[in-house]
Amino acid sequence: MKRAFPILGAVTAILLSYALYMALVWAPTERTMGNVQRIFYYHVPSAWTAFILFFINFGASIVYLIKRKPAADIVALVTAEVGVVFCTVVLVTGPIWARPVWGIWWTWDMRLTSTLVLWLIYVSYLFLRRFSSSGETPTLAAALAVLGALCVPFVYFSIWFFRTQHPQPVMGGGGSIDPRMLHVLLINWLGFSCFAFLVCWSRYRLEKLQRDVDQAHALESLMAPRGSVR
Amino acid sequence: MSGNGYLFAAYAVTWIIHITYLGTIVRRYSRLKREIDELKKSGPRS
Repeated sequence: MKRAFPILGAVTAILLSYALYMALVWAPTERTMGNVQRIFYYHVPSAWTAFILFFINFGASIVYLIKRKPAADIVALVTAEVGVVFCTVVLVTGPIWARPVWGIWWTWDMRLTSTLVLWLIYVSYLFLRRFSSSGETPTLAAALAVLGALCVPFVYFSIWFFRTQHPQPVMGGGGSIDPRMLHVLLINWLGFSCFAFLVCWSRYRLEKLQRDVDQAHALESLMAPRGSVR
Repeated sequence: MSGNGYLFAAYAVTWIIHITYLGTIVRRYSRLKREIDELKKSGPRS
């Protein structure tokens, strides 16, 4: 297990470097947008990875609500945190792509607004976990996560049900994509998924260790003779 | 800014966000390590 982490780390680094080369050099240049379209290879995989992390957060929250397993609570916390990081990438790269293509940084249409709302829900989830000291915090956070997860399909399918400036989805949207572009997109997604898994893994270990240390501190103060506790 | 400028900005900002987050994890790890060392120093109380 100790060896698996550096091996996966090396594989992910190679995969991400290869994906970057494919995105910048190998992928064909889009006819209308030119090189700026290559933002697509970071923007879309980041969105997919964020959605998957939020779904794992949803599953772990349900497990925690039913079985009260601390491991499920840690998985929920970690996936929400890493999911917010990927969702931030989506919200930042989107406007950088929109400016040269649409002529504006931002528009309050359904896809963009719902993505921002999704991000705000998970940021409030993290604030709740960070600043609430109540023993019921994991339960409250799990309930919030279940509500937040309902927003994910809404964000994805919003472009089907509402008129929006955002293009149709690459998968299941009825549109077509050059097979070489799809190939590069999937390689980038694989790279970012491996990267997200690695980050979640190290964050999980950190959180588990933190809880063990907190428990040791609590035990220490319980065992300390009266008057010696700070 | 040209199309290439926007492309570079998007890729750069993506990695800045990820590296900043990784930095917070590393910082939390080193803080925790210090806490563990302090706990070990204080030793088991009898």
